Amino acid sequence: MKRHPLYGLMAEFESTDNLISAAHRTYAEGYRQIDAFTPFPVEGLAEAIGFHKTRVPLICLIGGLIGCSGGFFLQWWPNVIGYPLNVGGKPYNSWPAFIPITFELTILCAGLATVFGMLALNGLPTPYHPVFNAPRFELATRNKFFLCIKARDAKFDAQKTREFLQSLNAREVSDIEV
Amino acid sequence: MGSDGLDNTPALNPSTPVLAPGHNYASITDKISSIVLLQRTRRGWWLGFAIAFSLLMVLQLAIGYLLMVGVGIWGINIPIGWGFAIVNFVWWIGIGHAGTLISAFLLLMRQAWRQSINRFAEAMTLFAVASAGLFPLLHMGRPWLFFWLTPYPDTMGTWPQFRSPLVWDVFAVSTYGTISLLFWFVGLIPDLATLRDRAKDRVSRIIYGFLAMGWRGSAMHWHRYEMAYLLLAGLATPLVVSVHTVVSFDFTLAVVPGWHSTIFPPYFVAGAIYSGFAMVVTLAIPLRKFYGLEDFLTLRHLDNMAKILLATGCIVAYGYMMETFMAFYGGPSYDHYMMMNRMTGRYAPVYWTLILCNIAIPLGTLWFAKIRRNVGALFVISLIIQTGMWLERFVIVVTSLHRDFLPSSWGMYYPTRWDWATYLGTIGLFFTLFLLFIRFLPMISIFEMRGLAHELKEKEG
Repeated sequence: MKRHPLYGLMAEFESTDNLISAAHRTYAEGYRQIDAFTPFPVEGLAEAIGFHKTRVPLICLIGGLIGCSGGFFLQWWPNVIGYPLNVGGKPYNSWPAFIPITFELTILCAGLATVFGMLALNGLPTPYHPVFNAPRFELATRNKFFLCIKARDAKFDAQKTREFLQSLNAREVSDIEV
Repeated sequence: MGSDGLDNTPALNPSTPVLAPGHNYASITDKISSIVLLQRTRRGWWLGFAIAFSLLMVLQLAIGYLLMVGVGIWGINIPIGWGFAIVNFVWWIGIGHAGTLISAFLLLMRQAWRQSINRFAEAMTLFAVASAGLFPLLHMGRPWLFFWLTPYPDTMGTWPQFRSPLVWDVFAVSTYGTISLLFWFVGLIPDLATLRDRAKDRVSRIIYGFLAMGWRGSAMHWHRYEMAYLLLAGLATPLVVSVHTVVSFDFTLAVVPGWHSTIFPPYFVAGAIYSGFAMVVTLAIPLRKFYGLEDFLTLRHLDNMAKILLATGCIVAYGYMMETFMAFYGGPSYDHYMMMNRMTGRYAPVYWTLILCNIAIPLGTLWFAKIRRNVGALFVISLIIQTGMWLERFVIVVTSLHRDFLPSSWGMYYPTRWDWATYLGTIGLFFTLFLLFIRFLPMISIFEMRGLAHELKEKEG
C-alpha cells in the first residue's frame, strides 16, 4: 500500500437537519458501517444510522436485582443464620427493618451498573481513535456535525463513497487515516 | 410596596426565555468554556478562596485537636449527646438534596430551565455531602474505627445492628454520595471533551483528555448515554427522598418526645429541599454576577427557584403546624410539655427566631413577584432560610433532648468554641471545593445548553 490505510470518510455538516437527512440517505443507500458525531444528543440520529436498541436498561435492571437480593441477604444471613440473637422473642427475620438497606443497595448497584455498563458498551475509555485525525474534528464538541462512513463497510469504495457524500450537501469530505 | 400598592402583575410572562436570545452553539461553548480555559483567575476568586481556605485550616485544627483530646472539647453532655455534630450533619445533607432534585427530578419532569443550574447544583450536592459525612464520623469519638459500621466478616462473627436507623444512615449516605458523584461525573464527560478540544496548552489537554476518556460525541454513544442519564435520574429521585427519610428515622424511631412523630419523614424531605434551593440561590446570584452569566441564569431561573422555595416553605410551615397541633391535641403529656418548653422555655428565643427565619420572612415576602425578581432581596432571603433551617435542626436536636422524661436528667447544652470552629470549618471545606470547581470545570453544562439552544430554535422555526 502506498498510502495510509483508510479508516473511513468523514463529511462535515452545518446543521442537525442536514446531518439527519444525510444519515437517512446514507442508510437508504445501503451503507451500514456508519457513525455520526454531534456536539449534543440529536433526536432521531441514532435511529437514522440504524441503531435502535441499547442494552443499558437491561444492565440497570440486572444491577438492581443483584443489589436488591444481595442487600436483603446481607441482613438476613447474619440475623437468621450467622449470629441469631433472640431479643424479646422477636422474629429473627424481621424483614420490614431490612427494607431501607435493601432499597439503598438496590439503587447503588443499579446506578453503578448503569454507568459502568454504559461506559463499557461505548468502549470508553478509548485512549486512541482514528476519527480524531479528521480535520476540524475538534468542532464536533462545539458546533459542527459529522458523518462517517467506515472503510470496512461492504459497499465502501474510496471514490464512489466520496462522491456520494459530497452530493449530500456536506461542507467538506475528508479521509480519515487509521 | 411602592406607590402602586399590591402590584403583582407578572413582569415575566410564561414565554420569558430560559436562555437569552442571540446565542448559538458556538457562542454558548465559547462563553462557558472561556471561564475555565481563557480567563485569568479573578481577584474576587482569590479573595473568596483565601477566606474559604483559612476556614478549612480552622477545620483541620479543630479535627486535629478533637482526635488528640476527644469529643469532650465539644459542648455535648448527657442528656444532650448529639449537639452540633448532628445539627450540622442534617443541615448539610439537606442542602445537598436540592442539587439531586434539580438534576434528576426536574429532568424527569422535562423542565428546560434546569439545564443552566444543574451542574453547579450537583457540585453543591457533592461538597455538601462531603461536609455532612464528616460529622457523624467525628461524633463517633474514635473515627478510625468507622469500619465497625460496615458489615465485614470480623473474627468474632459479629455484625452491625441492621435494625438500627444509624446503620441505615451509613448505607443511605454512602449510596447517596456515590450516586451523586456518578451523576455529576457522567454529566461532565461531554463537557470535559469540549474542554479537551478547546484547551490551548498541553497540560490542560492531557488532563481534560484523560478525564473525558476519549468521548467523541458519536450518535451511538449519545444514545446509550442519554438512556443511562435518564435511568440515573430515575434512580436518584427516589434515592433523595429515601435518604432524608432515613435521616429523619434517626430521630423518629426513638421514643424521645419531639422526635417520635410520623410527620418527620415528609417534613424532613421538604425542609431539605427548602434549605437546598436556598443554597442554590445563594450560589447562583453571585455566580451570574461575577462571571457575567445573566444570559444563562436569567431572572426566570431565579423566579422559578423562588417559587419552589415558597412551595416547600409552605410544606415546612404545615409540618410545624401539625407538630404543634398534635402535641396539644394529644392532651397533657410529654409531647405537650415538650412543645410548651420549646415555645416558652430556655431555648424559646431559638424557636421563635426559627419561625421568623423559616416562616414569617420567606412566606411573607416570596408571594410578591417583585421580591422574587429582586436579586438582592432574594439573596438575603436565601441566607435567612438557611439560617432558619439550621436553627430548626438545633431546636429538634437540643430542645427535645434537654428535657425528656425525668427531671433529674434534665440539662442544658452550650456549644463551645470547638463546636463553632468545626461548623465554620466545614463551611470553609464546602466553599474551597466549590471555588476550585468553578475554576477548573464548567459550572454550566455546555452540551445541555447547546441542546437547549437547539430546542428553542426548533420551536421558533
